[in-house]
Amino acid sequence: MVLDARPGGLPGWVHPAVWALCLLPLLWLVWLTFAGGLGANPIEFVTHSTGTWALIGLLLTLSVTPLRQLTGWNAILPLRRTLGLVTFLYVCVHLLLWVVVDQFFDWPAMLADIVKRPYITAGFTGFLLLLPLAVTSTDAMRRRLGRRWARLHRLVYLLPPLVLLHYWWAVKKGVTEPWPYTLAAALLLGWRAVTWWRARATVSRV
Amino acid sequence: MNRIWRGDLPASAITPRATFESRREFVRGAAALALTGGLWAPLGRAFANDAEPPTRERLAGVRKSGYKLVDALTPYEDVTTYNNFYEFGTDKADPARNAHRLRTRPWVVQVDGECARPRSFDIDDILRLAPLEERVYRMRCVEGWSMVIPWVGYPLARLLKAVEPNSRAKFVEFSTQADPATMPGLRSRVLAWPYTEGLRIDEAMHPLTLLTVGLYGEVLPKQNGAPVRIVVPWKYGFKSAKSIVRIRLVEAMPITAWNRAQPSEYGFYSNVNPEVDHPRWSQAKERRIGEFRKRDTLMFNGYGEEVASLYSGMDLRKWF
Repeated sequence: MVLDARPGGLPGWVHPAVWALCLLPLLWLVWLTFAGGLGANPIEFVTHSTGTWALIGLLLTLSVTPLRQLTGWNAILPLRRTLGLVTFLYVCVHLLLWVVVDQFFDWPAMLADIVKRPYITAGFTGFLLLLPLAVTSTDAMRRRLGRRWARLHRLVYLLPPLVLLHYWWAVKKGVTEPWPYTLAAALLLGWRAVTWWRARATVSRV
Repeated sequence: MNRIWRGDLPASAITPRATFESRREFVRGAAALALTGGLWAPLGRAFANDAEPPTRERLAGVRKSGYKLVDALTPYEDVTTYNNFYEFGTDKADPARNAHRLRTRPWVVQVDGECARPRSFDIDDILRLAPLEERVYRMRCVEGWSMVIPWVGYPLARLLKAVEPNSRAKFVEFSTQADPATMPGLRSRVLAWPYTEGLRIDEAMHPLTLLTVGLYGEVLPKQNGAPVRIVVPWKYGFKSAKSIVRIRLVEAMPITAWNRAQPSEYGFYSNVNPEVDHPRWSQAKERRIGEFRKRDTLMFNGYGEEVASLYSGMDLRKWF
């Protein structure tokens, strides 16, 4: 099997270009804010919007590996980190909007919500799990952690279920928006389950 | 400026609403053009509404009432573009986009059940039955946001008394129009259509409960429940049934749409109560549309003085 169909990495401009593309939704929100285009409940609008983009970022991050395995295009591997950091950025904005704009530093109320409201518990747990992944995303940390790095970063597989619970529990009955993301997440995690199971089967035969 | 009542002008002197509106739209568009370099206004229009702007019509003979608030009114724009009206879609922008299809004339409201004189009321009968008054009420949605709206109508009791409820009339059931041809939301099975709501008879007869035909001095916009709805200001917004076609006086507590859909989350009473949380979020605070900081939610939405006695001796945690 040809693992690397195209020798060499991605051209240098790809990462800045991906960043620029991924920042467009955020810039669009900033623009809407100043243009007065956020509707009657702007705080709700930006909170929902950044949350949705964070979820899209997570799913794109998780798409890199299956895409690499399917195409043999190994050069795209570093995009995993770029997209992961984009996801982290949107999660931070989403969380900060909640802390600063929605709750206005009402710490007791936020703490009560984290404990009492399952959808906030799920979302906040997701943030706590994402934090070490972002912190250890540098090359230096990766070298330092060695084999433990890969094990630590398997935490990412817990994120789609947590984030989707956060989403489904937050919306009212009859809202169907979370469905496409749920199906995409099931596909991406299912792919990994199948790959893992096949690899195991091969090993046990040997 | 445009909200000044000009009842003493001859009809011929009044600028037709459509002309006036289009002029105002032009001015507003020009202002937006100046402020944003002309990029946003047309795009915003395209995003906000795919239909022609709805015609706005002033209601004649509306008198002011004692129901006023020091709270600032929520702008007309927000009141008419941020709505929960699932018959037109579950997104709060959907009703403003889709409700233009609703035909509000002819419109008949059937009032029957446990009463001596059941009858149907044409919308014109309803408009003539009692003098119209403007009442500024707080509106608190179960989702945690609120508005202050100048409604136009008269107490529902006026209509109910006309059919002479009998002693078995313990509850009132309201049914909303359910027309698949004009209401795209009916394709979803999110709620059991038609939307039904209910009140206890003493709640329905309470002077605060308003049979509503307008807001901001004008005919009720379709996305707000035209041509006739109720407004029960001390209960969460979903209790105030919109676009009503039937009012039935009944002996047993009626099954209501949200209660049927999720009984653990939406009780029959659904009085605004900061101390009883929705199972998934707190009801202690609310965001007033247009404000930045959240404000404390008031018991019975601030109408406790008038309505608390209706529930004396009741455990409001149990009867949420």
